[in-house]
Amino acid sequence: MVRLLIRDGVWGEKRQLHGVQEWGKCPKTGQVRTKRGHSCLPKIYRLIKKIACGSLHGKGHCHWGCTLSNSPLTPGVVPGRLPAAVYRDNFADKEPALDRHEAHVAADRCYFCHDAPCITACPTSIDIPLFIRQIATGTPEAAARTIFQQNILGGMCARVCPTEQLCEEACVREAAEGKPVEIGRLQRFATDSLMAQGVHPFTRSAPTGKRVAVVGAGPAGLSAAHRLALHGHEVTLYDARPKAGGLNEYGIAAYKTPDDFAQAEVTWLLSIGGIRVETGRALGRDLSLDDLRSSFDAVFLGIGLSGVNALRAQGEGRSNVRDAVEFIAELRQAFDKSSLPIGRDVVVIGGGMTAVDAAVQSKLLGAETVTIVYRRTQDQMSASGYEQHHATSKGVRIITGAAPVQVLGNGAVEAVEFAYTAEEPDGLHLTPETFMLKADQVFKAIGQTLQGAPEALKLVGRKIAVTGAGRTSVPGVWAGGDCAAGGNDLTVTAVAEGRDAAEDIHATLMGTA
Amino acid sequence: MADLRSDFIGIKSPNPFWLASAPPTDKEYNVRRAFEAGWGGVVWKTLGAEGPPIVNVNGPRYGAVWGADRRLLGLNNIELITDRPLEVNLREIKQVKRDWPDRAMIISLMVPCDEESWKDILARIEDTGADGVELNFGCPHGMVERGMGSAVGQVPEYIEMVTRWVKQYSRMPCIVKLTPNVTSILPPAMAAHRGGADAVSLINTVKSITNVDLDHFSPFPMIDGKGSHGGYCGPAVKPIALNMVAEIARNPETRNLPISGIGGVTTWRDAAEFLALGAGNVQVCTAAMTYGFKIVQEMISGLSQYLDEKDMALSGLIGRAVPNFVEWQDLNLNYVTKARINPDACIGCGRCYAACEDTSHQAIAMKPGRVFEVIDAECVACNLCVNVCPVEDCITMEELPQGALDPRTGRRVAGYGNWTEHPNNPAAVKAAE
Repeated sequence: MVRLLIRDGVWGEKRQLHGVQEWGKCPKTGQVRTKRGHSCLPKIYRLIKKIACGSLHGKGHCHWGCTLSNSPLTPGVVPGRLPAAVYRDNFADKEPALDRHEAHVAADRCYFCHDAPCITACPTSIDIPLFIRQIATGTPEAAARTIFQQNILGGMCARVCPTEQLCEEACVREAAEGKPVEIGRLQRFATDSLMAQGVHPFTRSAPTGKRVAVVGAGPAGLSAAHRLALHGHEVTLYDARPKAGGLNEYGIAAYKTPDDFAQAEVTWLLSIGGIRVETGRALGRDLSLDDLRSSFDAVFLGIGLSGVNALRAQGEGRSNVRDAVEFIAELRQAFDKSSLPIGRDVVVIGGGMTAVDAAVQSKLLGAETVTIVYRRTQDQMSASGYEQHHATSKGVRIITGAAPVQVLGNGAVEAVEFAYTAEEPDGLHLTPETFMLKADQVFKAIGQTLQGAPEALKLVGRKIAVTGAGRTSVPGVWAGGDCAAGGNDLTVTAVAEGRDAAEDIHATLMGTA
Repeated sequence: MADLRSDFIGIKSPNPFWLASAPPTDKEYNVRRAFEAGWGGVVWKTLGAEGPPIVNVNGPRYGAVWGADRRLLGLNNIELITDRPLEVNLREIKQVKRDWPDRAMIISLMVPCDEESWKDILARIEDTGADGVELNFGCPHGMVERGMGSAVGQVPEYIEMVTRWVKQYSRMPCIVKLTPNVTSILPPAMAAHRGGADAVSLINTVKSITNVDLDHFSPFPMIDGKGSHGGYCGPAVKPIALNMVAEIARNPETRNLPISGIGGVTTWRDAAEFLALGAGNVQVCTAAMTYGFKIVQEMISGLSQYLDEKDMALSGLIGRAVPNFVEWQDLNLNYVTKARINPDACIGCGRCYAACEDTSHQAIAMKPGRVFEVIDAECVACNLCVNVCPVEDCITMEELPQGALDPRTGRRVAGYGNWTEHPNNPAAVKAAE
């Protein structure tokens, strides 16, 4: 809120009080200066600035002439800890795209295996050897079609899939020499090539006259909507958030999908036609399953896991203790990363991808120390070894076998007390051995839960029970993605489930099931 | 360090690696650099008759075939013989030879197919100090339209006739360079031999179109929307060249005719293979054009190491594989092998399976867990699985000992027996009853 105030205030002040022609916002400090270097700011701005950033100590000057007010050593939760160029680098493409020659060299390494293990390892069963051969022979567009036939979000999956646990782990060259074919990067090369041309590779079948509601415009919902539209059905795609994309838009680390790729992909996907998007419409709040069932021929639920687990540690309610997913979403939506406040000492609790994403990005925002604490052993972390390595390479410390018992502080968090854990036959126990970690910001990344699922649906565990290709206990209602039981909470799995449910819905509606 | 000094038809050079007559040897500057880099000799780019020099195209002269990572596998060219004045070339040859007396200096020649032209050019090169001449009867493009190059090399009578003239009008050793664009390499080689050639060199380039521009519908290299066939060289032609060299080396009529081996020599190993099949030395062009002159250092060190490891003299390598180059009918049909897949080395790609199942003998079983096993009862030992396997030595061919049962044929492995005596051969030579 404070950040918004500054921006509003400055715009107002500049126009009304100063009329300065040349001005700009310092990318380091957020201060608005004239290009000539003298302050054009009224006292009110300086006041707000102080509120926003805390104390103004620090050193260095930017090209606007501002004093760099914050550094990684600034105590508290403050924005602008780093120079502008560093933010730019930190949040640039983590793995740059292959150029044409690199792609050809990488593609040439594929052995075109018989009944290739990589295809089996891919949740969407992309014909990987075929698309790589199509790249190698100079037809990346054909390669992209091969990919999109199986996985319409092949562009995003190329960026976010834990390929080291899927196709690339299965690659025979991983067995042979520990260096798999770079399937993920090749997939990105192919899909980027086609998407850059602004063409959509598929055309819709003749209209069937059937209408399907898809709730949730994340990977599962987008995938289902696209496949249904492809078969000629009319699709209405609902999402509770202001933008479509789900976790692609709100939940993935920024450096994995820079340049607003998630929205570009949604736009490209929707260009098949036949999909009406209604955002800001949440199931249970604005929509009811009964209404959807009565006004549509079928319903697909891809509502994800919008709830978060509680820490169940004393003092959890102290300020600057937040859910990691909320932090990541805010970060993804922030155009200017330097405006994001981050603690000096950040503690992330959890062992999954969300924990890694939150921790790495905290570091990239300029936190001095970032520590992931996970209650079980390192090999039980659901974040892949590759992701863990990425985190540690960015300076994140990973502590395993410890769980939080108390969040300490006076109002805001100042430290977290952890107890070491011990794995006993009857479960995990806290040991009397404890330690403290200094923390002015804590992110909870201990898993998401299903929230707002219609009561009519049978659950299994804490997810929607499904049989076959996503059929729920309620006739005419399918579910897929993270909200549905089974699966592994991966984007690519959600895409597969959405696609398969769509095929089942199609077969059911057309009477061919 | 093995002694690599070479004596080829009396022409001495510090090593058996010469640069072939081609763009790298067109002028003094390049040849000096070549000698500085360590090349044993050069065959100077082909000189033509006196008069206005020939002209070359002003568009691209080369077409190419690439492997992975743009590795140049084959190059073709439509460049003609030297386009510089004769007297300039002669002056430079003389100068370079004087400065580098220990290096072989051969002059390649191509003039119209009449006695006067040859007599004249031979007189012109007399006092250059060159060690020999090479008659270019090989170039398959451009000059053939004027009755030279491979137009001569494809007619054994012409080869013999011109070679005689050269031997008549010159004291220099004469190497006849042969074209591979013939049905059999033997008649041209025999003709050169009859004409008195001191040696043959082969192969010259193969008539070829490397690729077609699919937008402009013209062969490459494309000159203003049109293409002409070129001469193909580089690693891709080595197998063709090896065979032709070996054919000459084992033929009773030509077996004593020295051979300068040419065709895709890129490494010391390629050179050693040419030498083993009967070449007395090798000539290199494409590899130098691809990587520069420094490659000769690898060739020198590699061949030297190999000879040391084998405790063999250079002369001991030359022709060593020739006796083992036999006719198909002389191969032992009772030599039985079976493919063996080493499960520890196998990475599970299944290429052997796909190759065998789809295109061969269904002799590989794919078992659960991507385990591949040879079915001996089906394996004909074709070796295709070995060739498609990406892991070296993962699949090997194991010989069945004499007396062992071959489950494919149900017969026991017998001693040596070839087609000439095989019962299925109607012309089999029967043992005396």
